[in-house]
Amino acid sequence: MTALPHATEKKLGLVIDLDTCVGCQACATSCKEWNTGGYSAPLTDQDPYGADPHGAWLNRVHAYEAGEGEASRTVHFPRSCLHCEEPDCVTVCPTGASYKRVEDGIVLVDPDTCIGCKLCSWACPYGAREYDYGHGVMKKCTLCVDRIYNEHLIEEDRIPACVRACPTGARHFGDLGDPGSAVSQLVAERGGFDLLPELGYKPVNKYLPPRSRRDARSAHPARQGSVGTHDGPAAGGAERLFAWVDRMLSR
Amino acid sequence: MHPAYSVILFTTASGAGFGLLAWLALFGMLGLVPPDRAFGLAGLALALGLITAGLLASTAHLGRPERAWRAFSQWRTSWLSREGVLAVATYIPALVLALGWVILERLDGPFAIMALLTVAGAVATLYATGMIYASLRTIRQWHQPLTAPIYVALGLASGAVLLNVLLRGFGIAHAGFSWLAIVCLIAAAGLKWAYWLTIDGELRTHTREAATGLGALGKVRPLEPPHTQPNFVMREMGYRIARKHARRLRDLAMLFAFGVPVVATLLTLVPGAGTAAAALAALSMAAGLLLERWLFFAEAEHVVMLYYDTEVA
Repeated sequence: MTALPHATEKKLGLVIDLDTCVGCQACATSCKEWNTGGYSAPLTDQDPYGADPHGAWLNRVHAYEAGEGEASRTVHFPRSCLHCEEPDCVTVCPTGASYKRVEDGIVLVDPDTCIGCKLCSWACPYGAREYDYGHGVMKKCTLCVDRIYNEHLIEEDRIPACVRACPTGARHFGDLGDPGSAVSQLVAERGGFDLLPELGYKPVNKYLPPRSRRDARSAHPARQGSVGTHDGPAAGGAERLFAWVDRMLSR
Repeated sequence: MHPAYSVILFTTASGAGFGLLAWLALFGMLGLVPPDRAFGLAGLALALGLITAGLLASTAHLGRPERAWRAFSQWRTSWLSREGVLAVATYIPALVLALGWVILERLDGPFAIMALLTVAGAVATLYATGMIYASLRTIRQWHQPLTAPIYVALGLASGAVLLNVLLRGFGIAHAGFSWLAIVCLIAAAGLKWAYWLTIDGELRTHTREAATGLGALGKVRPLEPPHTQPNFVMREMGYRIARKHARRLRDLAMLFAFGVPVVATLLTLVPGAGTAAAALAALSMAAGLLLERWLFFAEAEHVVMLYYDTEVA
């Protein structure tokens, strides 16, 4: 049923830390690996070894450059379904294949009733829904609904594959509807934000901004006069290393 | 947005079919066209044929056309579902009307009520088609108050042009129907013109900074895309057309969809030129509407492209 629930018991979602994401693509490949055999199976690829390889992915990691000159930053930016509270992708669905679960707020597509009209992908501002050219239906992030409640898995694996795979701990999973949950606390602490909030889809997933640099000097060790490593051949590799260790330990 | 040819064919063919159906039912009910068997058969067959061909064409863009029947279920929230329900529901009064007109040659009593329902169903279907696009907040050029009225206006205008061809062919034409087509064409052209002025005049308010939430750091530029080759989102939502081509194509759409049909319909008032001029109006309008519908897609910019190579949307 494509009518949205008035409220969901939980608001399960992800918190993605743009400060610590290194753009390694582990979340994206882990997602593809799990989901091509899980709820969304198959996630087909077209022309995989040819000149124009493409396929259905539920998570894509962009890289952006923000700011100018010395102050500019490279930010790796994973993008997947935000499991919005008011997702138009669900309400536009003509068949009822798209739905938002009352119990946890996860937005899902039933691959057995989807007709592949692609209208949901037109309604999503976040590019979260991809048409599977091989399967003829729409695919999207399931928040690993087949992992998080799966008692056949050991406890620590009952989280989305992307969260499990992230080597820097940049992805967090939890109930964003519960203000006391670890993810909600993290969002409050770090000033987590919504993407395109003005559109009114009320995304559940939050992004944490890159931390600001302490000062210009710590960002550019070559200018740091106090440790005396800036001038001439005297500044050896070992001294640079110590200066770096000193700065890291003083944080 | 990528122009899906099956959808373009569907909205233009079914649009003209519903327009023609609405006019036939209305004028049949009012007694302004005779309940003549041959005319009714030709007119209703053309209208329902165009509608059916369009609806069938629309299933060609589905990944799973065999499941298309499921699209009738979610009319509570989905304009696409509403359009499907209304389109199919309109067949019922239209076929009863056809029974009265073609078999019994009468359009009074219960058949008049069916005619009224047919008009309502046809216009509602045209409106629902427009609302599929107008309801999408992600595409500024579609999320416009004029989008749905234009779908209705273009359907009724192309229907009026087709009606004129039929009436001329059967030798039962009346100058009033030519004037009706001209008024519809000018009204639809005016709406389309106002639509283009609106979308050109609006500011683009969604930025890449808002899309990524990185505005506090400054201007945001894409550094690396997630994949080397275009994905579905880029193929479907990333289609765009050079602005200079859009201008020229708009002019051509205006010329073929409205300019030539208006002049040709005026010519139908000249004795002797009637049927040929009416047919020219219909052919030109078909070409013009296909172009207009193609542009409707090609000029539509989707917000999601902010994550790729668009700065503002």
